[in-house]
Amino acid sequence: MAEVSLVGLTKSYGTNRALADVSMTIPDGAFVVLLGPTGAGKTTTLRLIAGLDRPDAGDIRIAGAPVTADTPAQRDVAMVFQQYSLYPHLTVRENLAFPLRSPVLNWPEAEITRKVGEVAEVLRIAHKLDNKATQLSGGEMQRVSIGRALVRNPRIYLMDEPLSSLDAKLRADLRIELKRIHAELGATFLYVTHDQIEAMTMATHVGVLDAGRLVQFGTPREIYENPVSAYVASRLGQPRINLLPADAFGPAPAGAVQIGLRPEHVRIGEGQPATVRRVERLGDQTRLHLTMGPHEIVTLTDPHTALAAGAQISIRPDTPLWFDASGNRT
Amino acid sequence: MFDPLTAEEWRAVALSLRVSFWATAVSLPLGILVAYALARWRFWGREVLNGLVHLPLILPPVVTGYLLLVTFGRRGSVGAYLDQWFGIVFAFRWTGAALAAAIMAFPLMVRAIRLAIEAVDPRLEQAASTLGAGRVWVFATVTLPLILPGILAGAILAFAKAMGEFGATITFVSNIPGQTQTLPSAIYAALQVPGGETQALRLVLVSITVAMAALLVSEWVSRKVAKRISGA
Ligand SMILES: Nc1ncnc2c1ncn2[C@@H]1O[C@H](COP(=O)(O)OP(=O)(O)OP(=O)(O)O)[C@@H](O)[C@H]1O
Ligand SMILES: [Mg+2]
Repeated sequence: MAEVSLVGLTKSYGTNRALADVSMTIPDGAFVVLLGPTGAGKTTTLRLIAGLDRPDAGDIRIAGAPVTADTPAQRDVAMVFQQYSLYPHLTVRENLAFPLRSPVLNWPEAEITRKVGEVAEVLRIAHKLDNKATQLSGGEMQRVSIGRALVRNPRIYLMDEPLSSLDAKLRADLRIELKRIHAELGATFLYVTHDQIEAMTMATHVGVLDAGRLVQFGTPREIYENPVSAYVASRLGQPRINLLPADAFGPAPAGAVQIGLRPEHVRIGEGQPATVRRVERLGDQTRLHLTMGPHEIVTLTDPHTALAAGAQISIRPDTPLWFDASGNRT
Repeated sequence: MFDPLTAEEWRAVALSLRVSFWATAVSLPLGILVAYALARWRFWGREVLNGLVHLPLILPPVVTGYLLLVTFGRRGSVGAYLDQWFGIVFAFRWTGAALAAAIMAFPLMVRAIRLAIEAVDPRLEQAASTLGAGRVWVFATVTLPLILPGILAGAILAFAKAMGEFGATITFVSNIPGQTQTLPSAIYAALQVPGGETQALRLVLVSITVAMAALLVSEWVSRKVAKRISGA
């Protein structure tokens, strides 16, 4: 387990700039989630840290020491790939044991068996241990690929959307297991996900990438409550933040061009008239789709609300976020 | 016409098998290395290496044989040195036939192995390296098992090619019965004497039998290996 710091990392593929001057410090024992739309540079960041690609400029330090010249193996990391790359010639058991069989580790066979069994249990794949890796479903392959990383105690776990092909229940279970491993081992994680809940519940820190630039880094709470820009604000929160012209509810602060309203920023019962278009009952939450003049707003309400489509209500903003012409907070 | 082979003919068959076996066995590790380098490494001179490897395929065999004679002959630049310091002599020995066969078969061997390496998903090797495996270990535990069918195919192809090698061999080590007379050289020699056609035909049948056997064994082995690897 170690602190990992990135200093001015820049990487281009041909003329395509994948990462531009990214600096961040992943504290020892942190669980850092990287957010960003497709192509933002998340996988590139992991590959650079793992040593699969060389940065064009910048430095990577693990536990204070530069590792840029080291091979992937020397860096002592464990990576879970976006496309699970299991060894087709080995069984699930041998896939899981693979990282422990390296001659330099020299683990006794009994230890390997114990560790593989333990990890298989955690990932709910113990019943598939003797299958060939090619005879698994997508979700099972993904769990084996997580397991392959978890059998070791590397200085950092790099995980690229590791739970993306699992069903909701399994995903929730494994979220808890990963969090437990994080807490028990004090392991350091850098974790890529598109999943809001994963980001909010697992992360100690969130980094938001926009077209290869790190635009904000902070605790999930900070990112959610105090985003530096409309772009960052749109990355977290379900339903997404509503972005309207600044004067939609009347006079706006100087310089503000957009008003950002999260569901909790919409106070129902006073202010401007709005029409309920649709009531979307999702079980744990109920969404109201509103129109207010030409604007559409999505907000949350009491799960057992009596409101129905066509209802007339009034709304007003409550401590909203304001953004300027370039999308930054004013 | 189907008399058992004479002692001399048997010697030619045995020599051919021995030459082909050693030509294949000794060049195989180098073949794997060169195939890996050509498939995976981007280095200066890669195209030159590729050209050199393929040269014996394109040159007239007699030219290759002559070049071998000039280089590895007793007075050749390398040959003299090897003789003086290590006592290794190629010229007019069966070892020379093996060297000629190995060089002639090398392009086929490298090509088959290279195709197998290029078919391996590099992400598998990358995954292994990000799980703490060093280069050599990745090769031994991931790449090698996956390219085994290609290696076998390359080796058997090389063996078959070595069995049939004639031009470079006869130019380099001549056609000395019992020493450098391989199966093809023996067939050629038989055809040179009046009335030697029956002898030639017998040797041709042996030649065909060996080739067919090699083919069948290779098919069988690669099917076994492919099955084991894909897990089907
Ligand atoms: N090997 C490569 N060759 C060329 N371009 C690449 C390569 N890898 C990534 N890129 C480009 O670099 C940019 C960042 O890619 P990256 O894979 O890091 O995105 P990502 O954030 O992981 O996206 P996703 O969420 O889709 O996985 C993209 O524009 C991508 O097209
Ligand atoms: Mg990616």
